[in-house]
Amino acid sequence: MTQIETCGHQLAEILKQQKADYIEARLEESHTSHITYRRGKLESIDNTTAIGGNVRALVKGGWGFTSFNDLSDLSARVELAVKQAQFVGHEESNLATVEPATDTVTAEVNNSPLKMSLADKKQVLDEYNDIICRTPKIQTSTINYGDGSKKSIFLNSAGSFIEQEKVDLSLRLVAVATEGIEVQQAGLSLGSNGDFSSIQGLQQKVEQLAQRAVELLSTSKVKGGEYTVVLDPVLAGVFAHEAFGHLSEADFVYENDRLRQIMTLGTEFGGKELNIVDSAAVPGLRGSYKYDDEGVPSTKTYLIREGKLVGRLHSKETAARMNEQPTGNARAINYRYPPIVRMTNTYIEPRSMSLSDILADIKEGVYVKNWYGGTTSMEMFTFSAGEAYMIRDGKIAELLRPVVLTGNVFNTLKNIDAIGDDLEMNQGGGCGKGAQSPLPVTNGSPHIRIRHCLIGGS
Amino acid sequence: MEDLLAQAKKVAEEAEVFLISSEETPVQFETNRLKHIQSKQSTSVALRIVRQGRTGYATATDLEDNNNLVNMAVETAQFGSEARFELPSFTSFPPVEVFDADVSSVSIEDMVKLGEEMITRVRDHTPDIICEAMVSKSITSIHITNSRGGQADYRQSIFSLGVEGQLIRDTDMLFVGEGQSSCQPITQPDKITDVVLKQLEMAREQASVATGSMPVIFTPDGIASALLMPLTAAFNGKTVLEGASPLGNKLGEPVFDKKFSLWDDPTINYRPGSRPCDDEGIPSQRTTLIDHGVVTGFFYDLQTAAQAGTRSTGNGRRGRGGLPSPFPSAIVIGPGNTTFNEMVSNIREGLVIEQLMGAGQGNTLGGDFSGNVLLGYKIENGKIAGRVKNTMVSGNIYQLLGQIAAIGDDTKWVGGMISTPSIFLSSVPVASK
Repeated sequence: MTQIETCGHQLAEILKQQKADYIEARLEESHTSHITYRRGKLESIDNTTAIGGNVRALVKGGWGFTSFNDLSDLSARVELAVKQAQFVGHEESNLATVEPATDTVTAEVNNSPLKMSLADKKQVLDEYNDIICRTPKIQTSTINYGDGSKKSIFLNSAGSFIEQEKVDLSLRLVAVATEGIEVQQAGLSLGSNGDFSSIQGLQQKVEQLAQRAVELLSTSKVKGGEYTVVLDPVLAGVFAHEAFGHLSEADFVYENDRLRQIMTLGTEFGGKELNIVDSAAVPGLRGSYKYDDEGVPSTKTYLIREGKLVGRLHSKETAARMNEQPTGNARAINYRYPPIVRMTNTYIEPRSMSLSDILADIKEGVYVKNWYGGTTSMEMFTFSAGEAYMIRDGKIAELLRPVVLTGNVFNTLKNIDAIGDDLEMNQGGGCGKGAQSPLPVTNGSPHIRIRHCLIGGS
Repeated sequence: MEDLLAQAKKVAEEAEVFLISSEETPVQFETNRLKHIQSKQSTSVALRIVRQGRTGYATATDLEDNNNLVNMAVETAQFGSEARFELPSFTSFPPVEVFDADVSSVSIEDMVKLGEEMITRVRDHTPDIICEAMVSKSITSIHITNSRGGQADYRQSIFSLGVEGQLIRDTDMLFVGEGQSSCQPITQPDKITDVVLKQLEMAREQASVATGSMPVIFTPDGIASALLMPLTAAFNGKTVLEGASPLGNKLGEPVFDKKFSLWDDPTINYRPGSRPCDDEGIPSQRTTLIDHGVVTGFFYDLQTAAQAGTRSTGNGRRGRGGLPSPFPSAIVIGPGNTTFNEMVSNIREGLVIEQLMGAGQGNTLGGDFSGNVLLGYKIENGKIAGRVKNTMVSGNIYQLLGQIAAIGDDTKWVGGMISTPSIFLSSVPVASK
């Protein structure tokens, strides 16, 4: 038995003896390795192992939480969590009831990086690095590669005992071009639930990336203002995540009467064509899992169907307080944090238009691809494109400097007037919420067109 | 620790052990009431070795299993970069006060009271606002020891206090908030809530601006959210070494306005960014980056400094379990002598920026920033007219900070890591709906 398995069984006994409305514990053992390149050379390579756990207790609606890597006195950790919860709680506890589960979920990974030598991984990265660095006018490259495996044990006072294993892999490549005081960069992010082949065979993409960084040196900034924009599947996925995904996380809503009113199920947010889904139950993606960090089975949840709000993402507490079904969306980035409501694999469902039809009637607009990032304040959000081009007379025209776009959730979704037929899932993203970042998520979408989108510029 | 060092020395020319342990107690309020008390214990040990001239690195949470850690470091050293640095042999450091035993003795009851006081005060002013608050205390211990005899041990205490308010009218959402942190207990929550009440006052009305370039005042929070990232990226010794910093070959040249000075300073007592030495055991020092508009220096860790043929400025920091890398400790922007009200009164039509959302997501390396005004106000005829929304502010710091209209006398710490006054720029691109 491994150390965390032994501790898991000890904890199962300890939880039985404690007086709280609900207690759960999570134990984790992880191994990660990182390889980074800068200045055209391998810069650092490291290995990390971590073992730790946490206990979360609920008493009269108040939560106590302890996290630790010292596994020696588990009883004391449990007692402390209960004591804290007792101090906080002054009302009634309300948690959705979920059938206790005993299960073992192993990671089925093809081409696992865990079975590869550092030398083999390095060989793949060396080639990409060479491609970037041999491009004229490229000043430097930045490559960040990481892979990791995590074994976790979840148990609770209702009798669940779930062992899960996950593998995650991510790669970000950046090419930096310079000329005088001018510095421009282009980036590419990829990831998978462990399959190393997802980052192999990228030679052509990496070459294009380097060339784009150089090309950006001689481009100009778009004039700031409102445009008709067309988003590629990667950026449209980020848009779905930022523009709507976060607002559908029930922990923002459940105790906020005004937001609950705004977010009443059935409210119209977009046109008839718009469907937005979050699903950890889709297998094989970075946001996929069988059970969330509260031991709740994953589901497929429609957030928007035919333009109307039809669902939201829940933890056990938010589901109970809103009288809705739990969706299995409580996630924690690691054992140092309690689970909170998070997205998993979020996407806009495809419709029937081709990209050329979407572009056809745009006299002047902006075509945006790829991402730098995105953020939201719920009502307003920004998302930034790694690539931007003018659209002139229905055709993609000259390259522009990267742009930041912004919108307001209450009208931007309604301004989506074309949805493509080419759904793609982007695995290169990580999501941040509270102090917990980056959490592996997947975003997806086909090409979409948005009218009256505000772009910052010169 | 000494065992680990001894064991590592058997297989490597040089070795360094970095041990960090912390105890943190955050108390969280949600929807105006106490919701969560946490207690977080964490320990981790990092081993850096130089083996056959190459750097190897591994970290673990298990302090007992030295064999595993040494083996993992040896594995990475096969491929690691050529170690150009020499580990330091310092054992004494400048006196920088970053520990106050009073922090650990603040009771949970007192922390809860502080949170309740902040929320009550904000809600007395605006009853329908929904508040979140956080009160947190932590103690961190750091031990560094290396094969050249270098040794550092210190403790840091941090106390943080913050409140955020969300006000929703129809579908319009307003977010206000303020937080402070210190190595000593913070006992006056009024100072924090005063800032929030002022934000609520200034955001009471709504105003709109037209698209175009206009005068903009960045408050200390506005500078932290919009300008800090592009500014610090260019002074990172690693970026300079790569030739990717726009300032790399500008040392000694006036690039910024004469009124503008910027330095990194980890030696100010009781500031969360302060410490007696960096994560490699190099004594802390103040490093001037811009002196009256002239570029005067960059910040370095050991390896980058050695590659660049210069000395470490004591800016080595380990993030997320990785090797040390250059990172600012606490950025200070020199104060001016114009009051905030004087700046406002000189503007016929313009903006005040408190929070720019998404500003760090573009080509920060090239000095660009662009973001949505999450919290900002319109100025009309020298007075605050109300809050602006659906507005993007964009620019490039090398174009904008070359000519600064005025620097404020209102220096403030934002988030514990930057101290800055307000900055008034006379023409910044603004796009609005």
